[in-house]
Amino acid sequence: MTERKIINKASLDELFNKLKSGGKRIIAPRDKKGKIIFEEISSLKDIASDYIQTTLSPKQTVFPRYEEILSYQFENRNIKIDKETKKPVPTVLFGVRPCDARSLSTLNAVFTWDYIDTSFTSKLENTTVISISCSKSDEYCFCTSVGGSPGDTAGSDILLTHLDNDNFLAEIITEKGKAILLSAPELFSDKDKSASGGKDAPAVEKEKYLAHVKPYFDVKELTNKLTKLFNSDIWEEQSLRCLGCGTCAFVCPACTCFDIQDETNGNYGERFMCWDSCAFALFTLHTSGHNPRETQAPRWRQRLIHKFLYQPERLSVYGCVGCGRCSRACPADMNLLEHLVEIMEAQ
Amino acid sequence: MNLQDLKTKAQKLLESNTVNVIIGYGQGSGGEVRPVFIRKPADIDKLVLNDKCVQNLAVYLTKHEIKKLGKPGIVAPLPVTRAIYQLMLEKQIADGEIVVLGIKNNGIITELTDNKSIRSFISDVPSELTSEEKARLSEIKSLSQQDKWRYWDEELSACIKCYACKSSCPLCYCSRCTIECNQPQWISVPSHLLGNMEWHIMRAMHLAGRCVNCGECARACPMGIPLNLLTQRLSEVIEKTFGTSESAEAFYPLSTFNVNDKEDFIR
Repeated sequence: MTERKIINKASLDELFNKLKSGGKRIIAPRDKKGKIIFEEISSLKDIASDYIQTTLSPKQTVFPRYEEILSYQFENRNIKIDKETKKPVPTVLFGVRPCDARSLSTLNAVFTWDYIDTSFTSKLENTTVISISCSKSDEYCFCTSVGGSPGDTAGSDILLTHLDNDNFLAEIITEKGKAILLSAPELFSDKDKSASGGKDAPAVEKEKYLAHVKPYFDVKELTNKLTKLFNSDIWEEQSLRCLGCGTCAFVCPACTCFDIQDETNGNYGERFMCWDSCAFALFTLHTSGHNPRETQAPRWRQRLIHKFLYQPERLSVYGCVGCGRCSRACPADMNLLEHLVEIMEAQ
Repeated sequence: MNLQDLKTKAQKLLESNTVNVIIGYGQGSGGEVRPVFIRKPADIDKLVLNDKCVQNLAVYLTKHEIKKLGKPGIVAPLPVTRAIYQLMLEKQIADGEIVVLGIKNNGIITELTDNKSIRSFISDVPSELTSEEKARLSEIKSLSQQDKWRYWDEELSACIKCYACKSSCPLCYCSRCTIECNQPQWISVPSHLLGNMEWHIMRAMHLAGRCVNCGECARACPMGIPLNLLTQRLSEVIEKTFGTSESAEAFYPLSTFNVNDKEDFIR
């Protein structure tokens, strides 16, 4: 059962100090020359404000853009493998959007599907997610079409909703969230104390403070539709302007494709796990030289069918949370929402 | 700008079957424009022409998905026309293979059907950096070597290796880029600083003296890295060392053999 509290900005800053002195790092959105990036912060004032969505998603906290997974040393005829498991830093992921919090379950479903990727799961276990509901949205947002909403609690340990200048409603959702509350109960209150006739946390009408994101389609219908469109011309038409870069996949909070690379120097080498993309020409290229997805159209089809048909079928999650990052970042304006709506209308 | 004139010219090209597709700008999301590929004269109203039409559409001329559509006509502001001419110099587009609807800054649209007319169209207007670009370049040039290194170290650390720079560049048309040659792997795949440096230095070197300075790489970069500064600086060096391409027909310095070359080793 979700517990409801009120926390103000000063107490939040105080909470950050407590968390830090307890050995946790706080990762939050920071403004870096106009791009909003998740990075370690030291206080509330470091956090970017006034943006719809961050440039990169917070997935890098649990699934870094590149990561050394082992190193090896050739010693005469033997190979010594060093797979030192790095202990993940206890982390508070602060200020993520509800869509991003939701995406963590997609990442988790992939990385624990047929093999438990402990490098991922240990990071996730050591991460507490404090999200902030959306009070603003833009034309690229479509969380409500894929099962989310601007005030969705799924995936968050604590969800904050900005009530006024100073106060947040804090919904304590999970045991991890509860642990944060218990670590500093004096910073949370049941009532907004700053104003006379302040709000009672349990009675706050949260909906009033949320952005309105219109639903555009029924995602179950979309899944169903995709089962019939494999051979449609729509993929070629939609992907004509696609440039084949990896921007959409790299800014996506739910894309999980990665590449394994060995970098060897003499007798010593390191093995890396690096983000990869289905839009690249090397995607599914066979050793023989044959590629079943030789042009951009089948790669684009794979991207969408994977997210909206294969993943729900096999993993019971969608590969998309409707954050709209891919559409905002695409250099050729491949607007995902527009393409999905077009697919819904396709014959 | 003269949208009606553009539509009339483009429509005629389609109706007379002079071209099979018009590559142009259409309404995009967020009040921006996006590339459109118009194949039917009836769709001509999808064309848009305003100061947001900056994406370098020449990138599509060498894509096989677009080549499949047939002979193209292309809406081409000056930087796009310059890229097309460079593609012609590099034998990527044959003379007469495309129709260019060249647009000068005064909005006048000229139909260009051959290499020669494209050349004279762009040679009227010298390619110059904007004052903002000039300022940024001279700012970096004035830094000490160590500070320059620090500057690029910081900028390139942000690179996520999505290759939007390469994919959006009309002159990065190699069917297999160095990064896609993986036996052996020439360029490090992980986006660590060394790998990012390897990639961007290699790319800048491959574009040395060929870059038409359209700025598309920097615009496409989701991380906002000013990559165009690298190739702009190289263009300056090439021009200073080997002369400009304005002086001769079909000349681009790094692939030209000249018996009077000032370097001994090449003769």
